Amino acid sequence: MTPAISVSKLTKSYGEIEAVRGIDFEVAAGETFGFLGPNGAGKSTTIKILCTLAEPTSGSARVAGYDVVSERDTVRRNIGLVFQETTLDNYLTGEQNLRFHAELYGVPKAAFAPRLRQVLEMVGLWDRRASVVSTYSGGMQRRLEIARGLLHAPRVLFLDEPTVGLDPQTRASIWEYINGLKQREDITIFLTTHYMDEAENCDRIAIIDHGKIVAIDTPEALKASIGKDRVQISTADDEAAARALAETFGIDSGLHEGLVTFSVESGEHFVPRLFASLPVAIRSVSVSRPSLDDVFMSYTGKTIRDAEASVGDRNRRLATRFGRR
Amino acid sequence: MLEDIAPRDTLEAEELALTETIRVAVPERSLRHDLRAVAMVWRRELIRFRSDRLRAVTALIQPVLFLFILGTGLSRLASHGLPAGVDFRTFIYPGVLAMSVLFTAIFSAASIVWDREFGFLREMLVAPVRRWAIVVGKCLGGATVATLQGIIFLALAGVAHVPYSPTLLLVLVGELLLLSFTLTAFGVMMAARIKQIQAFMALTQMTVMPLFFLSGALYPLNGLPGWLTVLTRIDPLTYIVSPMRDAVFSHLSVSPLATAALSPGITWFGWEVPLGLSLAMVAVMGAAMLGIGIAEFRKTE
Repeated sequence: MTPAISVSKLTKSYGEIEAVRGIDFEVAAGETFGFLGPNGAGKSTTIKILCTLAEPTSGSARVAGYDVVSERDTVRRNIGLVFQETTLDNYLTGEQNLRFHAELYGVPKAAFAPRLRQVLEMVGLWDRRASVVSTYSGGMQRRLEIARGLLHAPRVLFLDEPTVGLDPQTRASIWEYINGLKQREDITIFLTTHYMDEAENCDRIAIIDHGKIVAIDTPEALKASIGKDRVQISTADDEAAARALAETFGIDSGLHEGLVTFSVESGEHFVPRLFASLPVAIRSVSVSRPSLDDVFMSYTGKTIRDAEASVGDRNRRLATRFGRR
Repeated sequence: MLEDIAPRDTLEAEELALTETIRVAVPERSLRHDLRAVAMVWRRELIRFRSDRLRAVTALIQPVLFLFILGTGLSRLASHGLPAGVDFRTFIYPGVLAMSVLFTAIFSAASIVWDREFGFLREMLVAPVRRWAIVVGKCLGGATVATLQGIIFLALAGVAHVPYSPTLLLVLVGELLLLSFTLTAFGVMMAARIKQIQAFMALTQMTVMPLFFLSGALYPLNGLPGWLTVLTRIDPLTYIVSPMRDAVFSHLSVSPLATAALSPGITWFGWEVPLGLSLAMVAVMGAAMLGIGIAEFRKTE
């Protein structure tokens, strides 16, 4: 069976900036595949290339069996897109938005009405189809976009940060719809996210950092590969604590989110030893099983939030540099 | 790859909708498919026009002010220069009619800039259709909406003593359609380049009023100072306002002498530009700007 997506030696540069630096991966048909990384890591650039919205600088990519550059239109007919920003017409009703889409994608007239009902029921908006989109909440708009992306029965659905900017409750409900969709539609889903907890919903994930894939596997396998628990402590003197950790236990620690953070095997057994031998007063301790956050940290050396901060700095520096020219 | 499933009965299909996926085979791209896209983009403009009644009303305010306030106010003063029996408002009516579609047509094109800002343009540009289909749909939609706007103003013709003759109305609607199309094409061409709505609005204000004032909408084209004669001949709007006035005057019962004085037609160094050429120039200009607009949109993303 041809893979839904196959990418080989893909790069993309914008002037001096290398957004994607040579990535290879395959997504099997029917898989839900997550692209995980901080903002600015190259996720959006990759998704743009796969959706035929940007051309690769070098390398190649095939989606649904077609080349994204030479068979652009065929690719477009076979993919559904949900962008980070909403792309709805607020003055039209939900149904009118979907009809517009159906006409532009050439959905056969006889198939439109039943398909409309099906996708709208799937996202729970059938009753609101006659309302103007500007009266929809943020979560409803996102659901309508997902329904629209599915209307022409694409083989691959791209979701670029499908839950960004939504409150936690709405995020959870969007995921319910996406998971339900996997069961009902014969479809491959490719999504990007920088929410670690959401990546758990994927069959496989790729972690991307600085334009390169640093790890690719199932969430379980990635977590198991670390094998360590994460310990975070708050102390009277964080620097002294970090020094003591290095000297006494030979542990590298880092300061993340204001807490001294490090990974050890069987954390709950380590904590009593820590209390006994650390010369600094400990205010609080938390031990957690490896999460995708830790996976990200172990592969990139930072938490995703740190990574975003540094990318922000880098971009700002670049901006000032370009600005001065 | 894509299996083509024959459409089922609606009832059966609706039952199936709840249990199994409706297979939709999106066809290979064809001219028919592109034309479907043109029709849909056009229809969207109409849906939006219908739901935005306030816009239709506000767009009427300016021409109504020109015709009834400015027109009435100046008519006593202007009556000295007018042959007996010709109302000043009748004289400016064709020009003000053209004005009634000016802003609507260009603002229809401005909706491209809005669409870009609100992301909907992306939905159109990523669809598997030719770019020309989107741009042509937009132009035809804008032209239709602006013409409808003009028709509302056309209903007030009687107040300006312009007769409701079916042939006259037909000719005027045709000319309005041509004007609206060209103006929308102009707007679309600008919208391809200008990404910010404020900049677009500023440019519109900057171009539309000079176009209107130089078109001879409010004064006859003969006997002007040399510099103004040149400017009026450069203004594309002149070539549609003059035929519109010609149409109105041919349906009035005024002396040929008065017609010659008030609706003299366009002359180039004494040579009278035929009506057909005048209209053809506007059409060619519209087509050319549409072509540039399409080329510009092909380049984006």
